[in-house]
Amino acid sequence: MSDITRSDVAHLARLARLAVTDDELDVFSGQLDAILDTVGRVSEIPDDVPPTSHVAPLTNVLRPDEPAPSLPREAALAGAPEAEEGRFRVPRILGESQ
Amino acid sequence: MTELTRLSAAEIARRVQAREVSSVEVTRAHLARIEAVDGSLNAFLHVDAEGALAAAAAIDEEIAAGTIRGPLAGVPVAVKDNIATADMPTTCASRILEGWRPPYDATVVTRLREAGLVPLGKTNLDEFAMGGSNENSAFGAVRNPWDASRVPGGSSGGSAAATAAGEAPLALGSDTGGSIRQPGAFTGLVGVKPTYGTVSRYGLVAFSSSLDQIGTFGRSVLDAAMLHEVVGGHDPADQTSIAAPLPPVVEAALAGARGDLAGVRVGVVTELSGEGYQPGVLAAFTDAVRVLTDLGAEVVEVSCPSFTAAMPAYYIIAPSEASSNLARFDAMRYGLRVGDDGSHSTDQVMSLTREAGFGPEVKRRIMIGTHALSAGSYDALYGKAQKARTLIVRDFAAAFEDCDVLVSPTVPTTAFPIGDRVDDPVAMYLADLCTIPTNLAGNAGLSVPCGLSADDGMPVGLQVMAPALADDRAYRVAAAYELARDTSSGTPFASTIPDPAVLENA
Amino acid sequence: MTSTVDAAPYTVEEVCERFDPVMGLEVHVELNTATKMFCGCRNEFGAEPNTNVCPVCLGLPGSLPRVNGRAVEGAVKIGLALNCQVRERSGFARKNYFYPDMPKNFQISQYDDPIVFDGYLDVPLDDGTTWRVEIERAHMEEDTGKSLHMGGATGRIHGASYSLLDYNRAGVPLIEIVTKPILGAGTRAPEIARAYVSALRDVVQGLGVSDVRMDQGSMRCDANVSLMPKGTTEFGTRTETKNVNSLRSVERAVRYEMGRHAGVLLSGGTITQETRHFDEQSGTTSAGRPKETFADYRFFPEPDLVPIEPSAAWVEELRAGLPERPWERRARIQTDWGLSDEELRDLVNAGALDLVADTVEAGAPAESARSWWVSYLTQQANTAGVELAELAITPTDVARVIALVAEGTLTNKLARQVVDGVLAGEGTPDEVVAGRGLAVVSDDSALTAAVDEALAAQPAVAEKIRAGKTKAAGAIVGAVMKATRGQADAARVQSLVLERVAAGA
Ligand SMILES: [Mg+2]
Ligand SMILES: [Zn+2]
Repeated sequence: MSDITRSDVAHLARLARLAVTDDELDVFSGQLDAILDTVGRVSEIPDDVPPTSHVAPLTNVLRPDEPAPSLPREAALAGAPEAEEGRFRVPRILGESQ
Repeated sequence: MTELTRLSAAEIARRVQAREVSSVEVTRAHLARIEAVDGSLNAFLHVDAEGALAAAAAIDEEIAAGTIRGPLAGVPVAVKDNIATADMPTTCASRILEGWRPPYDATVVTRLREAGLVPLGKTNLDEFAMGGSNENSAFGAVRNPWDASRVPGGSSGGSAAATAAGEAPLALGSDTGGSIRQPGAFTGLVGVKPTYGTVSRYGLVAFSSSLDQIGTFGRSVLDAAMLHEVVGGHDPADQTSIAAPLPPVVEAALAGARGDLAGVRVGVVTELSGEGYQPGVLAAFTDAVRVLTDLGAEVVEVSCPSFTAAMPAYYIIAPSEASSNLARFDAMRYGLRVGDDGSHSTDQVMSLTREAGFGPEVKRRIMIGTHALSAGSYDALYGKAQKARTLIVRDFAAAFEDCDVLVSPTVPTTAFPIGDRVDDPVAMYLADLCTIPTNLAGNAGLSVPCGLSADDGMPVGLQVMAPALADDRAYRVAAAYELARDTSSGTPFASTIPDPAVLENA
Repeated sequence: MTSTVDAAPYTVEEVCERFDPVMGLEVHVELNTATKMFCGCRNEFGAEPNTNVCPVCLGLPGSLPRVNGRAVEGAVKIGLALNCQVRERSGFARKNYFYPDMPKNFQISQYDDPIVFDGYLDVPLDDGTTWRVEIERAHMEEDTGKSLHMGGATGRIHGASYSLLDYNRAGVPLIEIVTKPILGAGTRAPEIARAYVSALRDVVQGLGVSDVRMDQGSMRCDANVSLMPKGTTEFGTRTETKNVNSLRSVERAVRYEMGRHAGVLLSGGTITQETRHFDEQSGTTSAGRPKETFADYRFFPEPDLVPIEPSAAWVEELRAGLPERPWERRARIQTDWGLSDEELRDLVNAGALDLVADTVEAGAPAESARSWWVSYLTQQANTAGVELAELAITPTDVARVIALVAEGTLTNKLARQVVDGVLAGEGTPDEVVAGRGLAVVSDDSALTAAVDEALAAQPAVAEKIRAGKTKAAGAIVGAVMKATRGQADAARVQSLVLERVAAGA
């Protein structure tokens, strides 16, 4: 039914930021294929059924606009692989923000 | 095994609060037990002996001064390592979070502390709770205390093994598709998935947000209920948390233990048995249903035809949400960073880190989810899975019109040998067949041990499912069954859990 | 093919001989709520880096978002002001893409059920006519953090060797307002783009829900432009120009892109669908890094947040509380107060219009209200180096001072002292009058005694007055004013002096 190729896996891995190896392209294409064959059975569900995204019967859960304490900056940065001048240091960024 | 590590949580609490034994002594006994058996079981990823003893000493002082914080004050507890703790690492059994210390406590952890429980440490799990065998932990598989060659189930396998082996009287887990009930069944424990929205998810590292639910493990129904009442209830920090009183689960466990199920309508779900179910599991289940009838319950068969779509729907929805939830592990703000040698861009460092930091099951699910949500597949996969969810909700609603609770085996098989299914993800996914519908519909479910399978001598679980916000019904039925089971066998089931200290010599 | 010409080769007039432009404008407005969209961290501009952050807005594992009710209110108000419909049930969705300024690597936004939709804004143009811009939707979302690019020559992203991230802005509430395609604008497209953003800014400012400072980024505009050959109806390929930080830039960016598109198309090229960046210096746009793959944001319903169902009663309450549109209010005020165009412009430029209007509303005549705010209070604001609106005096206080003058309790001079007292934090005008003892001495017997005393002290002057040189009375008036520390009404003193001399004092 589905037919996941190595290049499909490569595309998904790029979207998901996974630097997969050549071997993984083979393994994952076989496994994803098998999984999608199984889960693809949902296509038999009739189209006119409404979707359910949330099961709890809740609406309009809102928070008052009142400040709460933020983290001390040292705590915010404590887990950072690298920090500098009170900021998170990251490698060079290619491409602009969206 | 010392006596203290065999006691129920309720009995430990009673003795500590009556000052027959100190919380420090109880905590020491459990730490010693961990020391003795965890080398074989690998149930814990982190043990905070110092922190636990300090907390226990503080509780002892309070009790001496006449203050008792709550019914479980002074009782040790283990916490699954996907629940944030400010004083211990939280790794989700993943290399990508190895050593990470959250700057905050999950709401359930805050509630444990406020209620005077003593957190012992963090338990092993399938990486990011993705798996049903605990073999997907980056820090090694967990062994089943009943048989060290078998899995304890997953993803909360560490919490299950620790509770079964007497390393902790109680544990917290999380259940996305059966991750508490299934290991509960595999290790002979009571494992509870409460109604979605009744235990705060704030601080639970998200796998699949619309399915994840924190729940409890205990060696008895009452123990699981008592812990449930400590951690449950509305929390404004989780906007999917329901602002309603928690169902009275402790009261229901006590009421059930009076042994009468007259007037209770129990539905046996047709779709959750038959082909593919291990004979010993079906035999134990049939026997359990007979016991329910003997207790006065009215047992009927009900059909939930859409449950056959639950497994496919689950393995679309959960990976889809996971692909988004796990995007934040990108080497920028916390956790592992790989390849930052000046030659790589952020995108490359993200990709190298995620490649190195995630195990194969996590990568598989991220890619399935990425595929299911992408423009070309959304309608056929994610959209259809949401529609399947509607049908499952409707099936439950119809069934609960005729029945107070529904029952099924918790898992089609008993715990399988380590390594048996690792190369076949689809076979692995079948372990969640019976537990998944409850997650998709957001109602309550628990697993209570119903004897051993004649096939292999491994424990079998009876799953009891209840409508949303009626968790107490499941507790009542489970408690009544538990009493009848122990009365007829003449031995409390919990005392039959083998001592895994023998693993030392295995 | 991507064109990288430096100057647009065609003027707007030339473009419109061959093409019809189509515009779409996306404006992001940061709300001025006290806290962020999904957590209790402060929403403030210019704080020390990473001091307004918490587990939620840092996207730490395990954290969960919590919707700010005030932000929902702001979104609905903006929608109502733009004549939009309010959706009965709307929800949040995740927009998934990786970027280091976005802590979760998804943005919580809204997808196919934005909170408000289908509206319009009648935009006043320079020639006094209006142009109706149709609004497609406005939705709620969260802002990203800010990056500082290091090691490069210019602090720009290109050539930088690493970057530093500050997440204070991450999670600040944003409302994205999207127009329907603007068709038929022809050569006026650039002007209409500017006028729309300007009108939108005024409307949002009037609602008080945002600072709408384009220079600080609390209002940002992306301009989509495409051309279709005259006589056709199928839209051409569009480009989206980002980073347009002023009203003037909006106009220039649209004009430049129109000319550039025409240049590419007329030379046989095709337009690449891409993001472009506007350069304020050169007035040109340049291509961003081309996207490797078609952006697939994999939107899906945000499982951590539940639907929003605004009640009809609440929506009507908000609708009833909407202020007049700024330009309508201005037109009404001009007529009511009989102002010339120039006087009105001065008021607007001084930032005094609202203050004067509120003072009038508090009971003062328009003329005195205007005079106080544009002269004395403007001077005080300039001296203190603050905005007029930041002065520690309210329109109600000013109206009270004006009333005290009108009833004769204060002279103009005393009134200024009272205003000084209010500005110095001494209380309301009445409290300052009492505290400083500044009321006019209107007790005639006390004044008469003071006049008699002054006449007695200056017999020569008294003699002159008696001889009919009434001008000499000024010296006596001065002495009396001095004796009463300025708290007498000089005109009343003048007549008393003449009365007393006539009476033989
Ligand atoms: Mg947007
Ligand atoms: Zn925050």
